[in-house]
Amino acid sequence: MSEAFEPILLRRVGKPNNTSIDTYMADGGYNGLKKALAMQPDEVTQTVIKSNLRGRGGAGFHTGSKWMFLPKGYTGPIYLCINGDESEPGTFNNRVIIEEDPHQVLEGIVIAGYATRATTAYFYLRYEYGRCYRTLQKAIDEMYAKNFLGKNILGSGYSLDIHLHRGACAYICGEETGLIESLEGKRAWPRIKPPFPAIEGAFRRPTIVNNVETLACVTNILDRGPEWFQTIGVPKDPNNPRDAGSYGSKLYCISGHVNKPGLVELPLGITARQLIDQHAGGVWKDRKAKAVVPGGISMGFLSADELDTPLDFNGPGRAGCLGLGTAAVIVIDDHTSMVDVLYNTCRFFAHESCGQCTPCREGTAWSAKILHRIRQGEGTMEDLQKLDDISKTIGTIPGTTICGLADGAAWPIKNALQKFRPEFEEFIRSGRKSEMREVVLAH
Amino acid sequence: MGSVRINDVEVDVDPKSNIIQAAQQAGVEIPYYCWHHDLSVVASCRMCLVEVGEKKPDGTVSMFPKLVPACQTPAKPGTVVITDSDKVKKSREQTLEYLLLNHPLDCSICDQAGECYLQDYTYKFGRAHSRLNEPKVQRLDKYHIGDQIALFTDRCVMCTRCVRFTREISGTSELHVVNRGSVEEIDVFPGHECNNKLAGNVVDLCPVGALCSKDFLYKKRVWWLKSANSVCTGCSTGCSIEVDQNEDKIFRLRPRENPQAQGSFMCDEGRFGWKYVNSEDRLLAPRKGKLGTATPSPATEEKPKSDLDFSDPWPNILNDVNQAIAEAARHDAHKFVAIFSPFMTCEEAYLLASHLKSINSHIRLVLGPVPVVGADDCYPKGPKGESPAPDKVKFTIRAEKCPNRLGVSAILKHFQGEVIEWSTVQSELAAKHLQSALFVGGYPQPVLSNADVQNLSELRLLIVQDILRSKLTDNANFVLASASFAEREGTVVNHAGLAQRCHAAVRPPAEARADGRILMELAGRRGLFHADSLLQEIGAVIPAFAALKEATMGELGVKALS
Repeated sequence: MSEAFEPILLRRVGKPNNTSIDTYMADGGYNGLKKALAMQPDEVTQTVIKSNLRGRGGAGFHTGSKWMFLPKGYTGPIYLCINGDESEPGTFNNRVIIEEDPHQVLEGIVIAGYATRATTAYFYLRYEYGRCYRTLQKAIDEMYAKNFLGKNILGSGYSLDIHLHRGACAYICGEETGLIESLEGKRAWPRIKPPFPAIEGAFRRPTIVNNVETLACVTNILDRGPEWFQTIGVPKDPNNPRDAGSYGSKLYCISGHVNKPGLVELPLGITARQLIDQHAGGVWKDRKAKAVVPGGISMGFLSADELDTPLDFNGPGRAGCLGLGTAAVIVIDDHTSMVDVLYNTCRFFAHESCGQCTPCREGTAWSAKILHRIRQGEGTMEDLQKLDDISKTIGTIPGTTICGLADGAAWPIKNALQKFRPEFEEFIRSGRKSEMREVVLAH
Repeated sequence: MGSVRINDVEVDVDPKSNIIQAAQQAGVEIPYYCWHHDLSVVASCRMCLVEVGEKKPDGTVSMFPKLVPACQTPAKPGTVVITDSDKVKKSREQTLEYLLLNHPLDCSICDQAGECYLQDYTYKFGRAHSRLNEPKVQRLDKYHIGDQIALFTDRCVMCTRCVRFTREISGTSELHVVNRGSVEEIDVFPGHECNNKLAGNVVDLCPVGALCSKDFLYKKRVWWLKSANSVCTGCSTGCSIEVDQNEDKIFRLRPRENPQAQGSFMCDEGRFGWKYVNSEDRLLAPRKGKLGTATPSPATEEKPKSDLDFSDPWPNILNDVNQAIAEAARHDAHKFVAIFSPFMTCEEAYLLASHLKSINSHIRLVLGPVPVVGADDCYPKGPKGESPAPDKVKFTIRAEKCPNRLGVSAILKHFQGEVIEWSTVQSELAAKHLQSALFVGGYPQPVLSNADVQNLSELRLLIVQDILRSKLTDNANFVLASASFAEREGTVVNHAGLAQRCHAAVRPPAEARADGRILMELAGRRGLFHADSLLQEIGAVIPAFAALKEATMGELGVKALS
């Protein structure tokens, strides 16, 4: 199946002059928007609901249902935020679509804006994506010139403005309420919910936050119809009424110890093994994979035995991971020490914890310190117990933090201790120091 | 009102309150750091996590799988809260361990020790030992954070109450959070220290010893302090306060929560404005005869008092004062004025007024100078320092810098039908129409102009009841050394007519006496000064104070005048 798969979101990548609006329109671009504008906004939302599109940002929430959360009959301004703060380690799918096919995303924004009756869209782009910023700005200018944006878009009576906003390099700004706070010019401390952003978000107005890839999918769903979208991916499990299925294609970012790292678009449901062997040229240097991160580092690890796990919205969860996340697959070969991997992970989260909630602020830094000591050859078995306690107490599953960052910090620790405990014990018992280059502890 | 179950206790609570408040009502303690009823909810300390469920119509209870912050969760009718399960205990234990990871545990030299939430909760809910094997994060202390405030950065638990206070109550936004994660700190922008007029409140708000008052720093361990409920006399807002003292020495004033008066806070003017109580210039004993005159009268020649002379100087002097008043009144009562300070309590004003009117009804009772400085200062300030709209005001420092103008005026009005303003007397003094005066002071700062003092000094009889030595007391025929706000019992009425009770926190210095006691003796009343019985008498005699007759005053006061 995957061999024959024709890329959809990535179909214009690498084509000449692919960022220009003329090329895009010649390729059938803005048909989806035209179709959407011919419908009522509610019909557009219903189309997206019918397609069963789930958010590509990490949580996999139903896009259409999210739009439905907006207060009914509300007449004030509604805002649409586009989450382009792609900071999950290993993830670069948004970057590629924005750089190579900005109009596909922007078309999705206008469609989503029309469906949600949004008056203004804020495109929150991570600061490091300079080329994306320039590409997007140029594309937005082109759209204004052709009346795909601005007042009375294509004579439909609907008006939308887009503001392109660059972040300031913080992981937490990818959390939707952190993003909103940052957009408002404040410290990106995620908000307590309720109220959810759909009720009270940016500038205290109802706000929808959607991921870049999600909106690119919206463009294609409107263009080709929800039935087409449902032909791709993994259908609902008829025996499990709570299963929402994993429809559509997904951009898998493959990095780490593979021969051919990169971005591939495949239907949801491909297994990690297929992905590595068929699309990434296998593990490098003829080694074997020891662990695979299924979807960005916060999702935890798959062990070598679990490589046949399908990478859809449910698969990684069944293997003990947090979820599919951003589908950023990081392959770790068998010459790598999991102690080093986990240390690097914890260091990242300690650095990126916003510092609002006590458990996350202190727990992430503590876990990094403990692993630092273990790497120095001074670990004890009690340290593993401490790490275990930290991983069980900082996340939202016991309810101890406002946002999901702590969950993401806890899961790799949880998985590593569950699946690679003998390696940790052996490392501590041996008393040897890590051979990896010393990475400076941020704190 | 709706019924909420906390553990096994059913309570009726206001649905607007949160679970912490509901639990307080039920007598169950839920620990918290970041929540404060006057500040916005951030739910970030995660100390107040509890198990919450819902009672279904069929009587079954379904608990939520996650722990929930009690501060953020409204106590809706039918809510079921469990605060003593293992899950909750474990979560508290773990949160406290996290909070203590980088805390220096320098309780032995920390001002907050004894009233520290971190200490208390650790004893109640925490673990005995930290499992941290790594070095703690070192942070520099910041003495520059404000003129009155020092920040001991490493003790901070990042509850951000102080930050929210400067944003939401004072509106001055000096404090903020810098850095991220476990190295974040509270700080100010360079050159923008936290020196607003409400800054001292952040010290009270700080649940740990991070923000300390420089004024109180290292002065006294808090467990030696005894508190008395009182009322700030700095302005007519009449903030409810607690006076913390040890061995008759005041160490600090703290706001006492009173929604009827000022809320939860007080201004720095009031907070640090008590220093005159310990002034070198305090009058320590009553005196007869002017100071510095060439020939002191024989009765008052100032013999150095022997160490063994324990005789009470008051009875003779008060006797002489009474005679002098009677004589002056006989001579020409119209030319005798009694000047009542707006710093007097209602009881004192009543005692003096009734006494003087019983001597001679022509003696005029005058409301003394009312100090007014600038205009009312309202908070929260806007971004450019502008005052808030009237409906947004959360705290007001009033321009009228005295506690009891309303109360004293009401009493004067009862006894002579009108309130004679100080300005009337001022012009009469200047025109030399007066012969005798009784001046009650008690002002922390001098309020009389030099001309006024000169005119008063030239009277045939000048009796001054005051706390601080001044040119006026030097030139008085009789000086009655009286007590400051912290040394006396009584009732004051604030700008809104709220009558509140002050309690004596310390004793007056040396031979000085509380005004009430002086006046009881002067009026020849039997027994000791007792504010409650006097207040009942006032309530019975003066219709304007009828509300005080029956009411038990309590610590929050009663609305007396409209």
